[in-house]
Amino acid sequence: MRPLIARRGPVTEPARDPAPSIWSYRAQRMWLTPIYRRFLRIGLPSLAVVMALALYLGDEQQRTAIWEHVQEVRREIEDRPEFRVNLMGVDGASPAVTAQIRGAVSLDLPISSFDLDLDALRARIEALPAVQTADLRIQSGGYLAVRVVERVPALIWQTRDGAVLIDAEGHFVAGLDERPLERPLPAVAGEGADRVVDEALRIHAAASPLGDLLRGLVRMGDRRWDVVLTDGRRILLPEQGAVQALDRTLALQDVAEILSRDVVRIDLRNPDRLTVQLSDAAMEDLRRMRALELDPLTGEQSG
Amino acid sequence: MSMLYQSQRAMRAKRQEAMRRGVMAVLDIGTHKISCLVLRFDQKQDFVPAEGIGSMAGQSSFRVIGAATTRSRGLKFGEIDTCQETERAIRTAVQAAQKMAQTRVDHVIVSLAGARPRSYGLDGEVSLTAGTVTDADVGNVLAACDVPDLGRGREILHAQPVNFSLDNRTGLSDPRGHVGNRLSVDLHLLTIDAGAIETLLHCIKRCDLELAGLASAGYVAGVSSLVEDEQELGAACIDMGGGATSLSIFIKKHMIYADTVRMGGDHVTSDISQGLQIPMSHAERIKTRFGGVIATGMDDREIIELEGDTGDWHHDRRTATRAELIGVMRPRVEEILEEVRTRLDAAGFEHLPSQRIVLTGGASQIPGLDGLASRILGNQVRLGRPLRVQGLPQSTCGPAFSACVGLALFAAYPQDEWWDFETPSDRYPARSLKRAVKWFRENW
Repeated sequence: MRPLIARRGPVTEPARDPAPSIWSYRAQRMWLTPIYRRFLRIGLPSLAVVMALALYLGDEQQRTAIWEHVQEVRREIEDRPEFRVNLMGVDGASPAVTAQIRGAVSLDLPISSFDLDLDALRARIEALPAVQTADLRIQSGGYLAVRVVERVPALIWQTRDGAVLIDAEGHFVAGLDERPLERPLPAVAGEGADRVVDEALRIHAAASPLGDLLRGLVRMGDRRWDVVLTDGRRILLPEQGAVQALDRTLALQDVAEILSRDVVRIDLRNPDRLTVQLSDAAMEDLRRMRALELDPLTGEQSG
Repeated sequence: MSMLYQSQRAMRAKRQEAMRRGVMAVLDIGTHKISCLVLRFDQKQDFVPAEGIGSMAGQSSFRVIGAATTRSRGLKFGEIDTCQETERAIRTAVQAAQKMAQTRVDHVIVSLAGARPRSYGLDGEVSLTAGTVTDADVGNVLAACDVPDLGRGREILHAQPVNFSLDNRTGLSDPRGHVGNRLSVDLHLLTIDAGAIETLLHCIKRCDLELAGLASAGYVAGVSSLVEDEQELGAACIDMGGGATSLSIFIKKHMIYADTVRMGGDHVTSDISQGLQIPMSHAERIKTRFGGVIATGMDDREIIELEGDTGDWHHDRRTATRAELIGVMRPRVEEILEEVRTRLDAAGFEHLPSQRIVLTGGASQIPGLDGLASRILGNQVRLGRPLRVQGLPQSTCGPAFSACVGLALFAAYPQDEWWDFETPSDRYPARSLKRAVKWFRENW
């Protein structure tokens, strides 16, 4: 229905009072309070996120489902062919040692490289007596390269249980009958001989002029060496300066052919005095000769 | 008296708290407009005095971050007449200033123009026990001033020590550290109607604000619009507001007299409204566009259309010349200025060494007012504008805002008043524990 009062021109609204009501004034003041603004901008959203997470993860089933999913994804990634190890190669080991290493590692190939614990494998390989050091790395193409440095036998050590091979550091390498020797090795015996391998090697080198006469070295009382010759004769070396003492003996051999004489043992333990033990027959001869050569006038001995 | 002392000290404590918080509002409650400035106080002083740049009256320590002005409602003669209306106006101004400042303000310093201020000059004298003047001696001498009967329902607004004398020396602004026997003080006391303060407190409280200080509009207008040498040598500041014209006399940088003439620009507007038979809003517009006080022959030919909305064709299409408008305005302006002259004469303004008069306030923008004022008040009249402070918007730089800007300066650097000094112990009520504590402190 049209209003009866005609209005001309634009109808002006009465001017609105711009004054805020007391509640809008208070609300605006509250909004402008710094701590309130900070709470609403940072505190409340973070609180909501934390609450939502807590609500979601509060359920045991949800947690296990998430954990399983994570494990599954992880498994999928690990099983990709890029990470698979298909082959293992051993370098620098003899076939027997290679077989030993394969037995020790006993990998079920192919295997994911995430499941390989290279440090543990290396410890296991190095625990083998024939292996000095081992170096493992996974190369491209799923190849596990094992580089091995074998222990080199330096001595044959005669023990009560049998003869074994030890290397230059005294470590056990193998039994004497377990592997063929590539070259003749010096033989030693006696308790504690494996701890002074280098001295034994030096004495053996010094005794090389003896040639086939040398049978081996015996460690006496874990203290000093005896050189044992093929016919059971012994050269008793002192604790200190064993090599020099042996050299003196060899010099005597050169000058006086002492070893071709009838001596049982040459005692060099006291460096000031060389003592020889004659065989019983030689001793008898010596006594006889002395009796013959005794001068009746002076009673002096000659020779 | 004790109540007043305590409440003024409480306001000072609130001001300190606001300074710590760094944000304070100043609110100039006038009859024509209410304006609010939000100040931010920086702890660090990044202002460095350089060649030709002085201390800038200490205004470098704060910055205006919010300003708002609104038409005031419910005020008459600079006094709150209708509480609810005034509250709403205050809320409007504070809310807009807060919005501009983007922060909340809790502490506000208020100036008010009316409420019949009355000045008293007091003096007090004490003999000093120790040779050197200390803070306690200043407190003693301020307490020794004999306060006259202020009358019922009067409250002290300012009590500023103006001058200290020590023996035969006078003119000391700060006697502390001087040596002498007798210390005397001249105190300027300004009282206003207690009812006005109570109403104001009620309104401020209803706006959820805390009052951190009160000042007389005439005083703060003088602080901002008188230059330093005028304050030093003697000058009067006449703040011509909407409902009241405040005047304050300064010498030696202290206010020594303040008074109010209960007439202002709104009366000129109502004269125009009555004389030309037009509504008040229209009269206000005509006053600001065509107003003046000195008519020339040119003004007879300038026709002002007096539009109306009554529906009477003849009434709505009347015209008046500008000379007629000036003829309506001039007697009222003259009346105001003559009343000011009377007040100045009563205060003994002619005995001051310099008789500079500075006109400021919204009504001082009438063209030709300085010529008219120099005829009535003496020839050393100039129009004053407020000091420029940092961050003040261009729209609030005019003379209408000199009280507002002065209030900001007052908030930053209030003058020492009586309640800034400790009262001596014998002024406390007897049997008070505080009195005992104080007595112990003074004697041991």
